[in-house]
Amino acid sequence: MIVLDPLDRIILRALEADGTRTAASIARERRTNPSLVARRMRRLEETGALRGRRVVFDKEALGFGVTVFLGVKLATKGRVSLEDFERAVTAIPEVQTVQHVLGLYDYRLRVVARDLSDFERVLRRRIMTLPGVGQVDANVLLSEERRPGPLG
Amino acid sequence: MRIDDTDRRILRHYQADPSVPVAALAERAGVTLGTCWRRLDRLKTGGVIRGVEAVIDWRKLGWEVEVSLRFTLDKTAPRAFDEFIADAREVPEVIEIQTFLGQVDVRLNVIARDMPHYQEIYRTRILTLPHIADVEALMHVAVIKDEETLPL
Repeated sequence: MIVLDPLDRIILRALEADGTRTAASIARERRTNPSLVARRMRRLEETGALRGRRVVFDKEALGFGVTVFLGVKLATKGRVSLEDFERAVTAIPEVQTVQHVLGLYDYRLRVVARDLSDFERVLRRRIMTLPGVGQVDANVLLSEERRPGPLG
Repeated sequence: MRIDDTDRRILRHYQADPSVPVAALAERAGVTLGTCWRRLDRLKTGGVIRGVEAVIDWRKLGWEVEVSLRFTLDKTAPRAFDEFIADAREVPEVIEIQTFLGQVDVRLNVIARDMPHYQEIYRTRILTLPHIADVEALMHVAVIKDEETLPL
């Protein structure tokens, strides 16, 4: 586990707000040593605490009008079926995230599609044909926001 | 705003590696540096590229527990959604807020240091949120795929 000090928190908060910020610009704003900030940024990246950066798009402008979350229950369970399912579901380009969960479902999928009829095509041809797939429940995303989290 | 194949090619490489210098991005996308600059600039000012955000791995920072809480709200209260979301924003451990069309109204992604800590947040900060009709929890076990990239 990586323990953060106040400078690390400042860096992470700045990068959460804008992932293109450089060590020099954060150092200038905080009136601190740029090479120290650069070193800390590198440490956060190398330890994996800062896992990477993600481009935020206007999905609609690019023709992806719907995002749907699917709760998937497997019909048959066992080591082999989990692996088969995971391998097959990961390969679907419209499936952005796959989380293995405990609770009402076994997996939670985030799926993007051009519109509802495109989503139906993905659901019928790609999702419902996955190995071992059982009950599937869908919720259409209306809005989402990411919060800064407990950085103090 | 019109998006052509060149834009899509640039965006495809950009989303795969948001930290890439523009010169390298131009080379990967097979366009000149000038074209790449102009296209990126146009996509940014046109709002297609909204920004870049850092992705933090909370587990590496000692937040071992991640739970997806799915809420049904009491819709007889006219401002149920607004009031619920406004209060959820005040909880630092809530890292994502999503609203849906479907059986689930709102979903919160909540992180905690360990199970006792989760229990405490759940009782004192979550169950006290307004207008909850029903809650159900999915505990995250593993992330199988996490590429919030678009199939451009």
